[in-house]
Amino acid sequence: MDRKHWPLFEVFIRSRAGLSHRHVGSLHAADADMALDHARDLYTRRSEGVSIWVIDSKSIVASDPDDNPELFEPAEDKIYRHPTFYEVPDGVENL
Amino acid sequence: MYTQGLDQRGDGKAAADRPELLARFQEKVDAEEKIEPKDWMPAEYRKTLVRQISQHAHSEIVGMLPEGNWITRAPTLKRKAILLAKVQDEAGHGLYLYSAAETLGVSRDELVEQLLTGKAKYSSIFNYPTLTWADIGAIGWLVDGAAIMNQIPLCRCSYGPYARAMVRICKEESFHQRQGYEIMLMLSRGTDAQKDMAQDALNRWWWPSLMMFGPGDADSKHTAQSMAWKIKRFTNDELRQKFVDVTVPQAEFLGLKVPDPDLRWNEETGHYEFGEIDWEEFYQVLKGNGPCNRERLEARQKAHDEGAWVREAAAAYADKQARRRAAA
Ligand SMILES: [Fe+2]
Ligand SMILES: [Fe+2]
Repeated sequence: MDRKHWPLFEVFIRSRAGLSHRHVGSLHAADADMALDHARDLYTRRSEGVSIWVIDSKSIVASDPDDNPELFEPAEDKIYRHPTFYEVPDGVENL
Repeated sequence: MYTQGLDQRGDGKAAADRPELLARFQEKVDAEEKIEPKDWMPAEYRKTLVRQISQHAHSEIVGMLPEGNWITRAPTLKRKAILLAKVQDEAGHGLYLYSAAETLGVSRDELVEQLLTGKAKYSSIFNYPTLTWADIGAIGWLVDGAAIMNQIPLCRCSYGPYARAMVRICKEESFHQRQGYEIMLMLSRGTDAQKDMAQDALNRWWWPSLMMFGPGDADSKHTAQSMAWKIKRFTNDELRQKFVDVTVPQAEFLGLKVPDPDLRWNEETGHYEFGEIDWEEFYQVLKGNGPCNRERLEARQKAHDEGAWVREAAAAYADKQARRRAAA
């Protein structure tokens, strides 16, 4: 694979121990090692992170917004999945 | 912030042919929902954003040059470290914005090419020279101050990737303005020569800073559409007025005089009135005839050319590593 242009990487940062990594943006780099170095310079100049993930943007598979009705609407009428759906009689505790 | 292949959507047809999509789009915008890269958007909206975001990115990149001019001559080590950090931030701002523009389906190489060939514009302010150390103070205070005024409403822009980049940028900008004001404060409390230097810098940067907000509302072609799309939240004149209102008292505190004989406080409106901007100068600078246009583009071209071997070597190294991994 001979490339002239540096590919795009997505950057994810864990801001503190105990939190998940979160997408912060993207950058170009020749390879993943360089992407990590660049991510450190670009996205953690003010101690914004304790851990960095980078991934080649091409490796991300994303859902299509046109599919949103099929994907997400079925969850909307299943209100019995939430605890607030259920009636708790007065006097019953610890439920 | 996603790969371009994912982003390109079929918005090629004129919006007029897609009334139902257009209506749904405008509804989302009106409801303050964000538009994301894969969502349908009118071709004009995409075009406007590519133009605006890439101009903005170019401005951050070219904006490093006038200040970079003083890094090696900063008066103290502390000032040098601060200026270096600020200029590095501006490089970061350029990169956040190029990434945001790329989500709209343009490539980084195209954008860089547009800057280097002079096809793309960048903010007129960076075509003025930095003659003395006080200019570094005036730039932080006035130029970053005007940029902040422009950028804060952009944090609520309807296009998600642009809005998110702006949030990050705005967080970093306020130190830029404060370090500039601090330089002006120290000079204006210094010797007569230092005070004169501060006044001279204000004299030269005041009007170009007011021009940063762009042409007056009457002459601003894109404003109405950009406001309907919630790319823009305030008009150029509104932002300029806000800037004058907050900045004049800051100049008074420094004991410096704003170079405008028509400047006066209007008790009734609660705003400052200010003199006519020399729009001929603005358009000349925009056209390429400012004091430093040629120098700025030459410097960008030189940096690009001299960095070519680094880009090529890094790509060759990455290829070699990949081949080695494949063989192992
Ligand atoms: Fe900036
Ligand atoms: Fe700045």
